Amino acid sequence: MKLVNPANKRKYNVIVVGSGLAGGSAAASLGELGYNVKCFCFQDSPRRAHSIAAQGGINAAKNYQNDGDSVYRLFYDTVKGGDFRAREYNVYRLAQISVNIIDQCVAQGVPFAREYGGLLANRSFGGAQVSRTFYARGQTGQQLLLGAYQALEAQVDAGRVTMIPRTEMLDLVVINGKARGIITRNLVTGKIESHVADAVILATGGYGNVFYLSTNAKGSNCTAIWRAYKRGAAFANPCFTQIHPTCIPVSGDYQSKLTLMSESLRNDGRIWVPKQAGDKRTPSQIPENERDYYLERRYPSFGNLVPRDVASRAAKAVCDEGRGVGETGLGVYLDFAESIGRLGRQVIEERYGNLFEMYERITGESPYRTPMRIYPAIHYTMGGLWVDYQLMSTIPGLFVLGEANFSDHGANRLGASALMQGLSDGYFVIPYTLGNYLGSEKLEKVDAARPEFHQATAEVENRVKRLLSIKGKRTVASFHRELGKIVWDRCGMSRNADGLRTAIGQIHALREQYWSNLNVPGSCADLNQQLESAGRVADFFELAELMCIDALDRNESCGGHFREEFQTEDGEALRDDEHYQYAAAWEYKGPDAPPHLHREPLEFDYVHPAQRSYK
Amino acid sequence: MNLILHVWRQKSASGKGAMERYDARDVSADMSFLEMLDVVNEKLIAEGREPIAFEHDCREGICGSCGFMINGIAHGPQPGTTVCQLHMRHFKDGDELYLEPWRARAFPVIKDLIVDRSAFDRIIMSGGYITARTGSGPDGNTLPVPKEDADRAMDAAACIGCGACVAACPNASAALFTGAKISHLGLLPQGQAERSRRALRMVAQYNLELFGSCTNIGECEAVCPKEIRLDVIARMNRDYLRAIGDVG
Repeated sequence: MKLVNPANKRKYNVIVVGSGLAGGSAAASLGELGYNVKCFCFQDSPRRAHSIAAQGGINAAKNYQNDGDSVYRLFYDTVKGGDFRAREYNVYRLAQISVNIIDQCVAQGVPFAREYGGLLANRSFGGAQVSRTFYARGQTGQQLLLGAYQALEAQVDAGRVTMIPRTEMLDLVVINGKARGIITRNLVTGKIESHVADAVILATGGYGNVFYLSTNAKGSNCTAIWRAYKRGAAFANPCFTQIHPTCIPVSGDYQSKLTLMSESLRNDGRIWVPKQAGDKRTPSQIPENERDYYLERRYPSFGNLVPRDVASRAAKAVCDEGRGVGETGLGVYLDFAESIGRLGRQVIEERYGNLFEMYERITGESPYRTPMRIYPAIHYTMGGLWVDYQLMSTIPGLFVLGEANFSDHGANRLGASALMQGLSDGYFVIPYTLGNYLGSEKLEKVDAARPEFHQATAEVENRVKRLLSIKGKRTVASFHRELGKIVWDRCGMSRNADGLRTAIGQIHALREQYWSNLNVPGSCADLNQQLESAGRVADFFELAELMCIDALDRNESCGGHFREEFQTEDGEALRDDEHYQYAAAWEYKGPDAPPHLHREPLEFDYVHPAQRSYK
Repeated sequence: MNLILHVWRQKSASGKGAMERYDARDVSADMSFLEMLDVVNEKLIAEGREPIAFEHDCREGICGSCGFMINGIAHGPQPGTTVCQLHMRHFKDGDELYLEPWRARAFPVIKDLIVDRSAFDRIIMSGGYITARTGSGPDGNTLPVPKEDADRAMDAAACIGCGACVAACPNASAALFTGAKISHLGLLPQGQAERSRRALRMVAQYNLELFGSCTNIGECEAVCPKEIRLDVIARMNRDYLRAIGDVG
């Protein structure tokens, strides 16, 4: 690995887009090293990034519990949990770094949960048989993000980082094959601006909002990575999306988002549905012997703690059989009665009090008295821009961190691993790999007067004008909702070839309507939330199509990608390692040409692919 | 249910604002307050009018983006609840609601219900952190933290930076916000080295931002969606006075 001389670091300008766990920690760490950093976020403050909403915890192979954990075991669990569709060496690095992250966060003052003796507490989390999850009540993401945010603000104060909030990246500028800047729109004044840099880092999160209803924040979007894709960065495994099993079910058409209930609830809650289809009795009227604790029945060794993809599909299966609960029939019970009886209400309140309150606030029902109703919802996207071991995309000088890349989770992410990856990439990978890139490249001097900047600016301006000039009848939200339904129905928890082909046709037709019948009020010269949303949804249309193309290409089931044609006799995912043991990296070939598929073969030297079994 | 809304509309920071009246029809009790506004906005757009601008993002009560006054109460009538988590079952048919942005000199209005809270970032910037260069931390269990201290630090750290405390305070004081960060870091052993510097610098920045002084009224605590307690202000004052003593 090459290094950059400390005296030379300040001569390099680095752009970081996004201020969540990955972007915030990267900007802070690069500022500390002495680089000139500009960090962008679309919110009013970097502290609002959606990492803040992560509840459950962060994994680390500390083995503080003396229960047999190790770097190797965390590596093994993550490769297996990802259903053998992640790179072994990336995952191994992640497991190694996991321990440094905890040390870093403790030093910053993250108030992790403690034992009475003052040492760090741990809990077990979905899909793991050791207790390696560190947590700060049900607000772990918030506390880790505030740690990174505070470190970032310290660097802003030191003059190493310039923070540019309320600003959205609308294009990437590539000069002679290298990423050299971005085009942004100031969301308050509407001004389109050019920013020049020696390297560009995207840490803009996942694309779960393609489904419209998701647990993502309303503003989470794919625009930065999608613009980079259209400038030549390969997009890997777009069809690998994660459906989280424990979310509050949909209640009506007006619904704007779904709320996650931390997976940690599965440690003490038991999941069940009535044995009889169409049973409309209240849960308390259904006697014990007429309940089906289907996860405990199907997976006796992991029970309610099976990984997310398995738990979600099992919930869908019982609802498809007509045994779902609640008004819509799309829900299952998560019942704490047994735990409250065994441990007492106080213990349950200490562990989950804030989650129970949140549930009651939304539904008006108390989980202390009646079981929660939960249903799977889209939560995380494993796919993202393709990156190498250095986290560099196929465009030299463009690095991608956190959920925005595809690197570590394969086809399914384990609980409490997203926070780990975001902070690993930002604190402990990019500070070294960026130096390696800058130290080994001779970069030409460029400025915003270059034709590439002019051209990208003109394209951005034209697109904004075009969205405003359609003056049709339908709102952005109405299109987004319809698009989301297509993707959820055809490319959601389970997929099949016919459905995916149908979806591609439907997406095309709806996209044509979008560009001819969209109504965006207001102008581009001031704060216009409808315009912001319109640009993002336009990109979701294109991404949705690529997701379907990818899902159609992958004639196997693995992790979150369940193709109905490929399953075992008892309904488990059936991988095809002979033909599909690869990362699918899609290259953009222009608006009228299909994308080109590059296959990166995956090799497993340590963890040998086997059918995942949680029985 | 049907509601009558009176909403503060202001085109831009320099524009002159006014209350405007809107009808919210067929509101479901299961909607969140922001979903109710979404429906009103969809109708406004269909009628060719500009939708009401309000800030929001996670809609789970944790990002701190949302917030405005509902009938004079920051985040509305439900205690410990942000507007995104406030549900319409707490209102009744025929209610007349007045929605206004946070009002404070340090939080200028940007548009409609959106205000500029960057003063909060500058307060954190001035000292709301523990300096721990990436990679320099010792093993996480090197320094035990009594559970009680860790829990109290977490209570203070739960602040989401929404600004309700400032909006509710007749003095527009940011004492609860500043005190929460000073308490979070000051309660932990890791935060001791910079404790005095932190208190001095954060309080100085707070004064520069034109927030008012705290006169122990307690409105901030009453509206805080994370139920941060007033004792964080006492802790801030103590750290500040102690720091002045240190400096001599």
